[in-house]
Amino acid sequence: MSRNDVLVTADWAQEHLGDAGIVFVEVDEDTSAYDKGHIEGAVKLDWKTDLQDPLRRDFVDREQFEQLLSAKGIGNDDTVVLYGGNNNWFAAYAYWYFKLYGHREVKLIDGGRKKWELDSRPLSPEAVSRPATQYSASEPDTSIRAFRDEVVSAIGEKNLVDVRSPDEFAGKLVAPAHLPQEGAQRPGHIPTAVNVPWSKAANEDGTFKSDEELAELYADAGLDTSKDTIAYCRIGERSSHTWFVLRELLGHQNVKNYDGSWTEYGSLVGVPIAKGA
Amino acid sequence: MCGAPKQGGALAGIDLTTQTVIQGQVWHDGSPVAGAYVRLLDSTDEFTAEVVTSPEGEFRFFAAPGNWKLRSLAPVGRAERTLAAQVGLNETTLAIA
Repeated sequence: MSRNDVLVTADWAQEHLGDAGIVFVEVDEDTSAYDKGHIEGAVKLDWKTDLQDPLRRDFVDREQFEQLLSAKGIGNDDTVVLYGGNNNWFAAYAYWYFKLYGHREVKLIDGGRKKWELDSRPLSPEAVSRPATQYSASEPDTSIRAFRDEVVSAIGEKNLVDVRSPDEFAGKLVAPAHLPQEGAQRPGHIPTAVNVPWSKAANEDGTFKSDEELAELYADAGLDTSKDTIAYCRIGERSSHTWFVLRELLGHQNVKNYDGSWTEYGSLVGVPIAKGA
Repeated sequence: MCGAPKQGGALAGIDLTTQTVIQGQVWHDGSPVAGAYVRLLDSTDEFTAEVVTSPEGEFRFFAAPGNWKLRSLAPVGRAERTLAAQVGLNETTLAIA
């Protein structure tokens, strides 16, 4: 796996609009962004209503994922090109889902919606509909998904990468600073976790830093490449961004995303918590 | 959840006795700038959050008391300023030259 297999530039995307076999997919929490304007021909996925189970806290199961992709007109042989707001957080989150359910060809647009807008590239308000397909998903690949018991037993054993901002890691904030600071969970981080904010892996325009810069970033943070790695944040979308960097760009093996993240861990009874930088 | 709520608008429902709200508008050439990317950096210049301005050019963050830097990115240019925030409402303007 290398950068060219998993990442496309905005230029490449603009040159391949409308190509058969390529489906552009915008993934956002704020779906009003898509509705006002999106890359021509792109379909929309709402990370919450489309990708989360409506009742229990979990994401859509295999059958729900098949129904979703079939309805969106995405086929098993299509190359899915994802992009979104928030520096591709939710696009990376969706990328992880597509990999979890075994989609073969998935890519991210480097810089996502932000880079596209800062470049003043065209956006279309027109509704997009694609003929339905019969999508067939694989059993979920849990080699890329971490659950809470595994995280607790990873303390002091595996690399734990907390990708939240330094103030969230230290326990001064319990949510990213564009959200109200409330929540039932205790502030802090998982003991022995290193803090490498997701933002250090990205340039200001939302594109990923070079492979050399990224390798240096995690080496300097003390990531032991001989060990397995678990990335987490607050709800698992920023850590999808880092999961993408570690596994898909840098090619580390055995990297998992802990989507329960701090909203689960910080609410568990009896688990150890560390505070401070 | 982690996506930013609608920017600007009323402060109804926000407890200004506990929240440290930093909000304002991005301006350029006498008009508010919609769709600008505004990021909040902490006192060590580390990225903390980012939002996109509303049609009226508004942004809002929920921070903690202390020193912060605001930086806006837009096709028309960029602007930056620092401020010392306290619990309650902290209002500011980012002017793109």
